Amino acid sequence: MSMANPVQDVPAPLGLLAELTHRCPLGCPYCSNPLALDDRADELDAATWSRVFREAAAMGVLQVHLSGGEPAARRDLVEIAAAARDAGLYTNLITSAIGLNSARLAGLKSAGLDHVQLSLQDVDAGTADHIAGYAGAHGRKLAFARSVTELGLALTINAVIHRANIGRVAALVELADQLGAGRVEIAHAQYYGWALRNRHTLMPTRAQVEHAMQEMDDIRQRYQGRLAIDMVVPDYYARRPKACMGGWGRRSLNVTPPGRVLPCHAAETIPGLEFWSVLDRSLAQIWQESPAFQAFRGTDWMREPCRTCEMRDIDYGGCRCQAMALVGDAAATDPACELSPSHALPRGVAERESAIPMGDYTYRGRVPDNTATQPRQRKATQ
Amino acid sequence: MPEAIPLPERPRLAPGVRLHFDKTRNAWVLLGPERVIETEGPASEILRRCDGTRTIEQIVDELAVLYTAERTEIAGDVNDMLAELAAKRLLS
Repeated sequence: MSMANPVQDVPAPLGLLAELTHRCPLGCPYCSNPLALDDRADELDAATWSRVFREAAAMGVLQVHLSGGEPAARRDLVEIAAAARDAGLYTNLITSAIGLNSARLAGLKSAGLDHVQLSLQDVDAGTADHIAGYAGAHGRKLAFARSVTELGLALTINAVIHRANIGRVAALVELADQLGAGRVEIAHAQYYGWALRNRHTLMPTRAQVEHAMQEMDDIRQRYQGRLAIDMVVPDYYARRPKACMGGWGRRSLNVTPPGRVLPCHAAETIPGLEFWSVLDRSLAQIWQESPAFQAFRGTDWMREPCRTCEMRDIDYGGCRCQAMALVGDAAATDPACELSPSHALPRGVAERESAIPMGDYTYRGRVPDNTATQPRQRKATQ
Repeated sequence: MPEAIPLPERPRLAPGVRLHFDKTRNAWVLLGPERVIETEGPASEILRRCDGTRTIEQIVDELAVLYTAERTEIAGDVNDMLAELAAKRLLS
């Protein structure tokens, strides 16, 4: 680790994920937000977000993603979106559609919103609403998607893929096309936060994953020039790790509802990292100097096999949070990599858990949860 | 190779795509959903003219004047670039 020497001239980040709130009406079992959510009372106010956006733009950030939880749970969402756009940022809203009627959507459009990313859980209301844990959600999402395109706003459909819907990837892309989306994200579930708790009900079999990956080639051909399609790969079955976040502290940063600044939205699952807050310091100083950003920036922190690997500047050793979750060591090679001594682990977990008959989901916010009622562990500086 | 996507008569950037001058990096960038595309001189000159009012022919004419270059050469570059943008669904 290079904590002793502040890194000078770290290239500016391109993207900011602004988690406006952890509140959300849906209960998705694959939610990657932490087990212990931040309270409404601690959420940054619109004026602070506005300052953060100006600081972000001044340091070179080009795009902001207004996210959550469900960002529409904020009454001042339109004001916040306007502040992002006024700061000169390309402003993307990541939403479930719940809480956004056409008047609010029109307000967002007038505020200069550039793009809307809408989540769909499945193609049919029955299964989609079951996955979301919210009756009527799917119908509202379809109506919302039509309002988005009628207003002339750009639309991306994001579908998280797991055991219950992996057989309907092609149908999901077809639905996105019918809804007038210009882009689709097929995001195979990633197991952080709440998703880790439901991993055994979400994990697809290897045969399902292989079929879905082959299907993607045909889908890309079919929609060439019509839909941009991006994919988050199912990395428990992968041979090489994803270049998580395009490298730790390299391209983007994440601000939590109460203002802690993280290198990625799961970074708080790594014990011992010291996160700084926008309430105490400027975003630029945090980006350059905060211990959490320095911890895994660049390649100095790496051990073998990453340290001398020719892929180290391409995949950055994979995902630190996944190394933590699976190997218990955030500085280890992501076990998704076949060069990791623990590579058999994720595949073993995936094969074992996907063979278990699918039980009920543990929905976010629907069951008593001991972990969530405990106070969040405070970091050393707070 | 997939078949070529027909180019619009008067190209303009697709909804959700805009050209932005990035002061930090001193360059024009094309911003779209989850996309940041840096553009060099000639590319940004083409992109700035994709406003839905100019035909491709007009864009070629203007660039030929700007760069005092052969019109046929410019036409090839402009068409290649527009085809690439269309394939990425950045034009409408």
